[in-house]
Amino acid sequence: MSPTIPILILAIPLFMFIFLGLCGKKMSHLLAGVLGTLGMGTVLVLAYYTAFTYFFSGSEMFISEAGERLQYVVFNQTWLQFTHSLVISLGFFLDPISAMMLVVITTISFMVHLYSLGYMRDHHGVFEKGFQRFYAFLSLFSFSMLGLVVATNIFQMYIFWELVGASSYLLIGFYYTKHSAVSASKKAFIVTRFADLGFLIGILVLSYYTGTFDFTNLTSVPVEGIANTYHVDLSTPTAVLGVFQSSAAPMFMGASVLTWALVLIFMGGMGKSAMMPLHIWLPDAMEGPTPVSALIHAATMVVAGVYLVARLFPLYLMETSALEIITVVGALTAFYAAMVACAQIDIKRVLAFSTISQIAFMMVSLGVARPEYHEGLGYMASMFHLFTHAMFKALLFLGAGALIHAIGSNDYTEMHGLRKYMPITHWTFLIGCLAIAGIIPFSGFFSKDEILSAAVNYGVWVYVWMSLVAGLTAFYMFRLYYLIFWWKEHKVREGHHAPHDQPWTMSLPLIILAAVSCVAGFIPFGEFVSWNGEPYDFMAHFDWNVATVSLIVAVLSILLATLMYRKENPLPAKFKNAVPALWDWCHHRFYWDELYMFITHKIIFNGICRPLAWFDRHIIDGTMDSFAYLTNKASGAVRPLQSGQVQMYVWIYVIGALLLGGITVLCLI
Amino acid sequence: MFTNILIYFVVIPLVMLGLLALCQNIKQIRAVAVVGSLGLIGLSVWVLMEYLGIRAAGNEDPMLFVDSWTWFAPLNIHLAVGVDGISIAMLLLSSIIVFAGSFASWKIAQPKEFFLWLILLSTGVFGFFISIDMFTMFMFYEVALIPMYLLIGVWGSGNKNYSAMKLTLMLMGGSAFLMLSLIGIYYHSAPEGGQLTWNLLEIVHNDAIPHGWQSFLFPMAFVGFGVLGAMFPFHTWSPDGHASAPTAVSMLHAGVLMKLGGYGCFRVAIYTMPQAAHELSWIFLILTGISVVYGAFCACVKTDLKYINAYSSVSHCGLVLFAILMLNETAMTGAIMQMLSHGLMTALFFALIGMIYGRTHTREITKMGGMMQIMPYLSVCYVIAGMASLGLPGLSGFVAEMTIFVGSFQAGMADYLSGAGSLRLVFTLIACCSIVITAVYILRVVGKLLFGPVYDKHHLELTDATWWERLSTVTLIVCVAGIGCFPNFFNNLINFTFKPAIFSVLGMN
Repeated sequence: MSPTIPILILAIPLFMFIFLGLCGKKMSHLLAGVLGTLGMGTVLVLAYYTAFTYFFSGSEMFISEAGERLQYVVFNQTWLQFTHSLVISLGFFLDPISAMMLVVITTISFMVHLYSLGYMRDHHGVFEKGFQRFYAFLSLFSFSMLGLVVATNIFQMYIFWELVGASSYLLIGFYYTKHSAVSASKKAFIVTRFADLGFLIGILVLSYYTGTFDFTNLTSVPVEGIANTYHVDLSTPTAVLGVFQSSAAPMFMGASVLTWALVLIFMGGMGKSAMMPLHIWLPDAMEGPTPVSALIHAATMVVAGVYLVARLFPLYLMETSALEIITVVGALTAFYAAMVACAQIDIKRVLAFSTISQIAFMMVSLGVARPEYHEGLGYMASMFHLFTHAMFKALLFLGAGALIHAIGSNDYTEMHGLRKYMPITHWTFLIGCLAIAGIIPFSGFFSKDEILSAAVNYGVWVYVWMSLVAGLTAFYMFRLYYLIFWWKEHKVREGHHAPHDQPWTMSLPLIILAAVSCVAGFIPFGEFVSWNGEPYDFMAHFDWNVATVSLIVAVLSILLATLMYRKENPLPAKFKNAVPALWDWCHHRFYWDELYMFITHKIIFNGICRPLAWFDRHIIDGTMDSFAYLTNKASGAVRPLQSGQVQMYVWIYVIGALLLGGITVLCLI
Repeated sequence: MFTNILIYFVVIPLVMLGLLALCQNIKQIRAVAVVGSLGLIGLSVWVLMEYLGIRAAGNEDPMLFVDSWTWFAPLNIHLAVGVDGISIAMLLLSSIIVFAGSFASWKIAQPKEFFLWLILLSTGVFGFFISIDMFTMFMFYEVALIPMYLLIGVWGSGNKNYSAMKLTLMLMGGSAFLMLSLIGIYYHSAPEGGQLTWNLLEIVHNDAIPHGWQSFLFPMAFVGFGVLGAMFPFHTWSPDGHASAPTAVSMLHAGVLMKLGGYGCFRVAIYTMPQAAHELSWIFLILTGISVVYGAFCACVKTDLKYINAYSSVSHCGLVLFAILMLNETAMTGAIMQMLSHGLMTALFFALIGMIYGRTHTREITKMGGMMQIMPYLSVCYVIAGMASLGLPGLSGFVAEMTIFVGSFQAGMADYLSGAGSLRLVFTLIACCSIVITAVYILRVVGKLLFGPVYDKHHLELTDATWWERLSTVTLIVCVAGIGCFPNFFNNLINFTFKPAIFSVLGMN
């Protein structure tokens, strides 16, 4: 495969960023938007072509004779050399999951580009201020995200990891005159930066022992006879494990060093994928424009953590205690986020917590995946859910954007009864809700079911717990759905239009994504993605018992939501009053933010930074100044001796002479 | 004498000084400054090309373009010059910053005197980087320091007399230590009966400094240079000095002069006394490790832009010395990269702060806000500088920091696994934490100063950057992005094209 197309996939968004960033102000708003969208459209075509070639061309570079999918390094260019073996390269890595991610990213990104042409205007069709900048940042994000998924080595991933963080910062803070947006963007950057510190140290540890950053040296072996082609093989991670075990200090504080490295790397993933306790930035990130939330904070960037674990999955298999940590973190986060989502008023916040919960599903799925259970079903299920979730969650966010655009508020209390006014939004949103709730035949049903099947094999408690979360998911999504589209509508205020559906640029992405959400479940994902590249029959691992139970749970939850929220009735209030503490904690997100505020402001800022600054000014600098002061005083003290008065000199001379004479006389005697 | 290309790094500024003295009006002064600094950039690029060409031809001398002219025979003092990849990197940095600084002081009061002192200062800087004779090196070092007193005292702002005095006295205090150390080195520079010498290459070749003397002279030299490198606890001149200095002086001082400290530690202290460096580096490792996080923490609470940036410099320059002390190839390469990177981005910062201050007449971030709406160009530059400072990939800070962290971690793990203690490892991890703290103070400033609603309605009348300000900032941004996007060019220049002799002296091959 020639590197031209892969290079273009990365170069076009980068060029668009620089071009729109430098020249955006000199062109009209519409031109900038159209150019950005066209650029992304081109990338979409190229990425689809690449993924299609990878999956279906049957070339020996991509699939072995036995049908195993291979990893192919399209190009790899040295970027920065640390030592002879430790080299950061920038390259393009094709394997099942990166090809899948290319499709996901370009699809959602293109939809968002298109959608924003309509969204980023006011009701009179006037473009928002900074429209060109918006498209420049979208291009920067797309570039960074694409670079991240095609990384050939873990340091390239880290580089683009930081870049997506920065573009996320810029986009969350897009409305930079708003205080809330500025502090949300700051929070997002700093929290993820903190997580990246763990990621960085993890990379340092891993690379010190293995002497390499390359994924291919960590997880796979070269295919003989074909250049740049590798296949996943457990012998390489086993050798890595051996390196760790044979070192002088294989254990550190009760866990093996490899476990430490893997958990630290996972910490980076926890930050980006908003796992508890590093989740606090994601709900606030909803301050960004809604298309950005759909692209970055629902479909692509936030799954980077899942992607990272999946990328190093063979290595994680070596230390299952790391996978257990992932399972526990994921399970706790999933439940927590689902609880909180039930008590939010801002529709974007509900969706944000739902995103956290769904990503945690993917994490759990990776955590429970083992080759011995159903050929690593959890891995495939995780990637499958990543795919379907990207589609339906982007759909839900874009739908929410349409609602916010029409109503001018994020609160469901200002919406109600919109199904009559906005039919397209209504139907597409409903499809999204059905998909996320896991109703057959929508896509979420299949992917969630695979996850539950994988969990059942791993341990019943994980299965029961995650089923509970799945039930909660269906409940809060339909609560949201009813509160927005049902109930009695508000009166249209005088001088205002009734809310109405959006222009085609906004409707088209909704319809496309809804269509995908309807059919994506039928993709035989096991044929394409598995942890070691070997395809397997997806239906053979489909557990109808699990499916039936989860379907029943979902339907019951939806019924409960219908009962409580279809019409205005006293049930929710009763429930709220029955367990006020629970409602309060859920509504306030279990007070995580307050805890963090306490730690950062009271402890770090007031407890460390201020005293240090005081210490610097008064103790350290005071010491320096006191040297000067003492010197000054000392010179002041001896200065009167040199007063310039002759009488004084004579007196001193006489006294001195007398003294010396006296001493001489005394000595002589 | 004038056949050696390096001598022109001193000749050009001297000629500039002569021409400046003859200048009649501001236009002539600007012309001299711009043409001269362009000439210096051209010269450094030329030296770079020549250097790479000679290395490619297989020359393996520790230094190239070596030449020596006797200055004072009884003490064997020479004007000796020579460069390797590291000095060339520094020369490039200096010439770029002098260029950008000239444009940043386009409208300075009393331009003739200002530029005279500024160019005298750069004479010292260039002379320092090309020298390999310790005595002339020290002389140029002093030439670079003294003009600072007048530049701050006359053209400065705020509590300028105090700051100028403090800065000069503290640096002179460092020089006192330094001079003692250099004289000590001189008297042990040759084996019994040999010809004593100030020439670094000969000293290293003789390798005659007794062990006991090394452990006495090394700390003195390191502290002497460390004061200029803003090493904790000798850094307090930096916040006051930078806060009072005029824009171009801040740029040159933080951008280049503070690098003299790091370069001196590298070239004199460690190069001539490797044994002591191995044994005593732990003391300074602790001090510089503290600098890194301490400066960053202090920067988090300051509200004056220049103070924030000065403390940030303490943190970043601390990282330079910290990496040097790791005595590890990768980390030392990273230290040089960090010098380049910090020099460029901090010059950019100070230039921008000067430009903002020139408009708003305040540097308090609590009294400003929403600059992005008022002066978008400067604000965008500020964001870029901030991103470089907090280590965004694609800008210079990232590559330098990562090289340092990878190298330090290797040194630390090697120590830890061989049972030599975990000090290096622990301090590497502490230093890594600075990437988070840096993000905190940078984003705090960016959020308060640039974003949010406009704080002061009077600021709405202010204008955006002028063409000379744009030129100054664009130059620096291009360099910052250049290093960030193509780091391996500099990496090769410093390390891989030719292993600096210092690495083999330290036994690191």
